[in-house]
Amino acid sequence: MSNTALTEAVYYILLSLMQPMHGYGIMQNVEQLSNGRVKLAAGTLYGAINTLLEKGWIISLPGEKDSRKKEYQITDQGKQTLETEIIRLRELIENGSRILEVKK
Amino acid sequence: MRQTIHKLFWVWNFDKEEKWLNEMAAKGLSLVSVGFCKYEFEDSMPGEYKVCLQLLDKMPHHPESQKYIEFLEATGAEHIGNFTRWAYFRKKSKDGEFELFSDNASRIKYLSGVISFIALITVANCIVGINNVFLAINLSSLVNYLGFINLAIGIWGTFGCIKLLRKRKRMKQEGQLFE
Repeated sequence: MSNTALTEAVYYILLSLMQPMHGYGIMQNVEQLSNGRVKLAAGTLYGAINTLLEKGWIISLPGEKDSRKKEYQITDQGKQTLETEIIRLRELIENGSRILEVKK
Repeated sequence: MRQTIHKLFWVWNFDKEEKWLNEMAAKGLSLVSVGFCKYEFEDSMPGEYKVCLQLLDKMPHHPESQKYIEFLEATGAEHIGNFTRWAYFRKKSKDGEFELFSDNASRIKYLSGVISFIALITVANCIVGINNVFLAINLSSLVNYLGFINLAIGIWGTFGCIKLLRKRKRMKQEGQLFE
């Protein structure tokens, strides 16, 4: 499990949820973080949120009954997953840059 | 002003249906309600709306579907209506792009759901059809010749499923290279 790549959507959702956020907030935040490159569609986001909740990588914050305003936040397990992913991504970039000799 | 257009799309051509609805929206006719082969439009600014349709996991009034619809509404989409398990949405173009799925994995998962839905109807029609055709032959009862209609739907549905399975295969191949 630890050496499996996260999808771009999941990676950016987890990053967004370092602070509490609701669904639409995540969409806007991801678009902003990626300078407009990653535009999460609502159906994809909804599916990802439910899977992440099941995995325990995020939790939904109590308080809001209205699902429109429901906020989510990353868990320690989610953070751990992100850290592992960043190590993996770093390896990809270091190997790629070294072999292709891409200048920084 | 409202106008109704009757048009038939085979269920596996949901992409074509969506494309057509968006062409209508681009011309200034925005979808406001749906029924069996029936689409009602109202005048809007040309290109004011983008339309998406989706086969929900459950019937539209099921709490899970309601939760999903509310979620979409919170992202700026407007729920137009339903036909069986199909839900129709529109969103103002100025509020950004409108797609329901943005990566290969979620598109494939969704397509698999659509294939199961059509396959179930197809298999049911084939079973009923074969059964009734045999009864018709044995009993020479006219009523049971209706079984040929089920059989025809079954064969047509099989064709549709094959089409979608091919599409899924192409997407999976693509998914080996890109997300």
